[in-house]
Amino acid sequence: MQIARVVGTVVSTQKHRKFEGAKLLLVQPITLEDKPRGATLLAVDAVGAGVNEKVLIVIEGRAAAEAVGRKGTPVDAAIIGIVDTVDIQE
Amino acid sequence: MQLARVIGNVVVTRKDENLANRTLLVLQPIAADGTAVGRTLVAVDAVGAGVGETVFFVRGKEASFPFFPTEVPADAGVVGIVDHYDVEQSLQP
Repeated sequence: MQIARVVGTVVSTQKHRKFEGAKLLLVQPITLEDKPRGATLLAVDAVGAGVNEKVLIVIEGRAAAEAVGRKGTPVDAAIIGIVDTVDIQE
Repeated sequence: MQLARVIGNVVVTRKDENLANRTLLVLQPIAADGTAVGRTLVAVDAVGAGVGETVFFVRGKEASFPFFPTEVPADAGVVGIVDHYDVEQSLQP
């Protein structure tokens, strides 16, 4: 799993039917220092996250499909939690 | 998934039989600001996308799910056409 920040929303009418009703958000993976890391991704929202929130994402197909709650969804990333705090003890 | 722009088609006559009648698109992944980022790739189309459109695509074996039970040998697939997307400007890297 990775920590990311929600940076935007995506609207798509013509999409695979398994995506119907799913919310798509643009997420930017970030480092522990809150710096952007890597490419901005599209993730299906499973927890009701919003723009600017720090979230926990999975970037793996089976886990993401489980988050969406529909088997066989062609999805590879999902938001599975909203991060309250990250505590690094080092 | 990632955003991308469809920049071309690939025509392949001799191919795996499970790729028969599948459209193969050349994608250029784009960043949230619309600029090209990373390498272009070929993806199988599941939604009827065409050149010039902004789409989102999935990586991995999930790309073949739209064609179930046909086991399409694909590692990337277009699964949606983007109407529009909004990025919070203050959050742009």
